[in-house]
Amino acid sequence: MKLAGFFLLLAGWAIVLAALALLPPALPRVVFVAAGAAVEVLGFALVARSHAAHPQEGW
Amino acid sequence: MTLLAAPALSETAMSICILCILLVPLAGAGLSLIHSGLGRSHSAAHSMVAALCAISIAALVYFVCGFAWQGYPGHPAHSFLVAGKPWSWIAAEPFFFRGLEWNGSPSSLVACLQVFSVALAAVIPLGSGAGRWRLGPLCLSTALLAGWTYPLFAHWVWGGGWLAQLGVNYGLGRGFVDIGGSGTIQAVGGLTALAVAWILGPRRGKYGHDGVPMAIPGHSAVLVLFACSLAWLGWLGLNSAGAILFAKIEPGRIVLVAVNTTLAAAAALLMAAWITRSRFGKPDASICANGWVGGLVASSANCAVVTPLAAAATGAIAGALITFAVDWFENRLAADDPGGAISVHAVGGIWGLLSLGLFGRFPASDANLLPGVAPETDATWAGQSLAQVVGVATLIGFVFPLTYGLNWLLNRFYPQRAAPEGEHHGMDLHELGASAYPDFVTNIDDITQR
Repeated sequence: MKLAGFFLLLAGWAIVLAALALLPPALPRVVFVAAGAAVEVLGFALVARSHAAHPQEGW
Repeated sequence: MTLLAAPALSETAMSICILCILLVPLAGAGLSLIHSGLGRSHSAAHSMVAALCAISIAALVYFVCGFAWQGYPGHPAHSFLVAGKPWSWIAAEPFFFRGLEWNGSPSSLVACLQVFSVALAAVIPLGSGAGRWRLGPLCLSTALLAGWTYPLFAHWVWGGGWLAQLGVNYGLGRGFVDIGGSGTIQAVGGLTALAVAWILGPRRGKYGHDGVPMAIPGHSAVLVLFACSLAWLGWLGLNSAGAILFAKIEPGRIVLVAVNTTLAAAAALLMAAWITRSRFGKPDASICANGWVGGLVASSANCAVVTPLAAAATGAIAGALITFAVDWFENRLAADDPGGAISVHAVGGIWGLLSLGLFGRFPASDANLLPGVAPETDATWAGQSLAQVVGVATLIGFVFPLTYGLNWLLNRFYPQRAAPEGEHHGMDLHELGASAYPDFVTNIDDITQR
């Protein structure tokens, strides 16, 4: 779950960059940047859940 | 839009800037005291030694290679073309500050400010690792932060990198703007603090078998609240110096920066006090202190380009966000963060960056915020907001995985957490061999042992 979360974080960032580089400065760019940010939120939630599920894991 | 070299500063601007830069170490001193005061008494000396070690390592590593990779607008950098647009991703300056002229030139002032700034960023993760982070791995982790993570993102924002060029390349306002370092210093440090808290795991006894967190109160509220005043002075210097160097404001507008910084902190503290009083019946001293610093953190991004009313609103929202974030990270995300570093610096910093998109106004006649863009560049609300969102997405989607990965790798080869007996006896005795308060019975464990 943690690995998938980090993958989604990076994938979301890649979507944001792709939207900047490839899309025209109009609504599609804004929508794709928002979509990339949403993927990042999903990724962060997965990483957070993987840690919250095992709070004593560190020791 | 045309690319311009960074303009030189007037004598007055240079003198004021130097004075402001010299205040910045007070911010680091304030944060160190806050982390020590919010930690347990049997780890207080360790906490302060760790802060000095982190500051030392950060300054030295930044001197060796950090500035070379951060660079300065107009100086050599590595770029690649994406759909015909240049993306500058890392600077190509010589190591060891070679090539810099120490005569008050803008690049030398930036280098000086950055030595203090990277030290400030390095102190932030100590708050989340307090009471269990060993000194050796802590120094190596700081070296990774100061030598790689910080300079890379700082180049993108302050060194003429691709985030700063979003305005030139894609018409997004003035590009990603972060005047005093809400993102570059605070959020980078705060996200590293989150990575450290998760990798180290919580302190012994923090969570019960049912997963419910226990309160482990800090040992000195007086120290914490005094440190808030020190941090205030440091932030006045940090925001003012950033506004002169990165926003190119006239020296007279420092008064607006100072007022905005103070209003943001004041509004954040009062909001935190009001919320904790509403929830728990009495204001909580540690949350109030976190609110104060969170207001300072949030003010850094937009201090020179918002009205005082907007600065107060930025601070009030920061105070509310931080108050709930402290609970959220502790109760929901199992991030044991004794100093509140994650909520204050990551959440507060990210909110500060977004608030610049919401409240920031850039008059067309104003000197340009990006030292590579001609003043005729227009900054629309929508374009600037999108640029800020892209910057925040970069922090969460790239900087956090990077800093987590580096600390995870370090932990694989050089375990970062202290042994259980070290935590039990306190990091002072375990790592330093002497207590911070040798003449006093300092915690309940000492009493029970007798």
